Amino acid sequence: MKKLSKTAKSSLITYGIVVVAYLVCEILMKTGHMSSLMKGILVPLCIYAILAVSLNLTVGILGELSLGHAGFMCVGAFAGAVFSKCTAEIITVPGLRFVLALLIGIVCAGICGILIGIPVLRLKGDYLAIVTLAFGEIIKNLVNAIYFGIDKNGMHFSLKDSMSLGMEPDGVIIIKGAQGITGTPTDSNFTIGTILLLITLFIVIHLVHSRTGRAIMAIRDNRIAAESIGINITKYKILAFSVSAALAGAAGVLYAHNLSTLTALPKNFGYNMSIMILVFVVLGGIGSIRGSMIAAVVLTLLPELLRALNEYRMLIYAIVLIVIMIFTWSPGGIALRERYLPAKLFHKREKEVQ
Amino acid sequence: MSFISYLLNGISLGSVYAIIALGYTMVYGIAKMLNFAHGDVIMIGSYVAYIAISNMGLPIPVSILLSVIVCTVLGVVMEKVAYKPLRQASKLAVLITAIGASYFLQNIALLLFGANTKSFASVVNMEPIQLAGGQLIISGETIATVVACLVIMACLMTFMKYSKAGHAMLAVSEDSGAAQLMGINVNATISLTFAIGSALAAVAGVLLCSAYPALTPYTGAMPGIKAFVAAVFGGIGSIPGAFIGGILLGVIEILSRAYISSQLSDAIVFSVLIIVLVVKPTGLLGKQIQEKV
Repeated sequence: MKKLSKTAKSSLITYGIVVVAYLVCEILMKTGHMSSLMKGILVPLCIYAILAVSLNLTVGILGELSLGHAGFMCVGAFAGAVFSKCTAEIITVPGLRFVLALLIGIVCAGICGILIGIPVLRLKGDYLAIVTLAFGEIIKNLVNAIYFGIDKNGMHFSLKDSMSLGMEPDGVIIIKGAQGITGTPTDSNFTIGTILLLITLFIVIHLVHSRTGRAIMAIRDNRIAAESIGINITKYKILAFSVSAALAGAAGVLYAHNLSTLTALPKNFGYNMSIMILVFVVLGGIGSIRGSMIAAVVLTLLPELLRALNEYRMLIYAIVLIVIMIFTWSPGGIALRERYLPAKLFHKREKEVQ
Repeated sequence: MSFISYLLNGISLGSVYAIIALGYTMVYGIAKMLNFAHGDVIMIGSYVAYIAISNMGLPIPVSILLSVIVCTVLGVVMEKVAYKPLRQASKLAVLITAIGASYFLQNIALLLFGANTKSFASVVNMEPIQLAGGQLIISGETIATVVACLVIMACLMTFMKYSKAGHAMLAVSEDSGAAQLMGINVNATISLTFAIGSALAAVAGVLLCSAYPALTPYTGAMPGIKAFVAAVFGGIGSIPGAFIGGILLGVIEILSRAYISSQLSDAIVFSVLIIVLVVKPTGLLGKQIQEKV
């Protein structure tokens, strides 16, 4: 048997985890061992995993802190939902419609990523973080203010209210400002989510292990050294940033087609969401693709599993965050860990962190 | 006339942002970390003042003092428990810890005080001043906020310039390792910074809730983010920068809400920030640091 390289083995394990988790969930669902609460959370799990893996491309591989990831998800979600709603009568095959919506969402989010990336990627560190946060909030605010409708004269836009669209009586208003889009066909399901997650993993893992990925990581490790050996910094930075944005857009399309009503609330597309995705990435291990995926799933399940403790669950979540950070990073925590836990558990990780 | 009254409202809101931003910018300058929980300290300060005034019936100055003391202790404890162990850790780890602290404070407040909106009674009982034959009314809150902001600014500038502790802060923000070698107690200086920042947050919380009386566990989050934007806008780490950034942000927010669109005012505020940062990447008064090869 041909011996697999280390990276190939590692990525096969990652795909394997997804496939096994999918099969286990399907079996549990078929045999009726899954509560309706859990069934409802399966697609969001895929969405969060895709978001975390795609954000890891910016934070872990490119090494730039982004707090506006939910904004790209918002762009993808609205672009995809508008398309699906417009074509709900024309394209009746749900699968085809979803794939087209997905492509449109990905392209829109990717273009947004390029447009935003060109000015802001000149900034570094905390400044970049606050500017991406600002962009996320701007996108959310704009989407909340847009009115969009279609009638026989074509498309109408307005930022004021639905009356100022000047629509013909037979027209349909698609985005109603803060009320968002209602009646999106619910085309996505757990299988589609899992396939999308696998595609995301495939894209990100291949990008990381390609020549492009090595160039991006060289920029992360030492920008000046990378520039001096002829790597085009701006090109690779924008490439990584826009791929990350496009994948977030895919997660957004999945999100939009999971619910029939789509509104841009602070809860789903605000900076809190971006921060939550960042938490997945950091807790999963910065730069570790598999880690972000697992952290996204575990941390999404944690508040749900703690639902019995109802009032205290978010408090426990906060304490878990602080304790994990202190345990993994503080000198006291590291000493404690080395004394009481088998060294093997942390052996590999430390090598990756360098 | 209405323009002047909007402008005054903007300056008043901007003063609150400036006071919060001062706390942000000092902590950033010295500990090199974004204290995401700063906005939630504001909220805790407002709740303490609310309970002291409405439930315990304490006089207003005592309530404000109590709120300042509670927030100062909270800030120092938070620093000792959550941030101090991570002094050497990566920036992201500290950021996540600060986010954890922010969630923690919000949920503690949710458990202790409930999710219901509390109506905060104004701490300023001053008659509004009427100018230009009653056309221009300046509320007591506006005057109190602006005066408080100016006094705080003046005190902070004097403190940084003339006191020994202020010099220590400047030294630590410049180079904490070298400062330690010169015999400065870095940990004590960082604690002092958190104490001052949190005390300012309490004052800001009381002033904010006097002007906008709805108090919930999430009251502090958005002003916290805006103040952070103000601090970056003015050049993070710079005290006059935080002041200018805060005032400008408040004025832009209120004017765009009044004349352009109330829904898009946040978007406009954030767009101005982006334009400023793209043109001048370290903010209005930020120092340009040369990159060494």
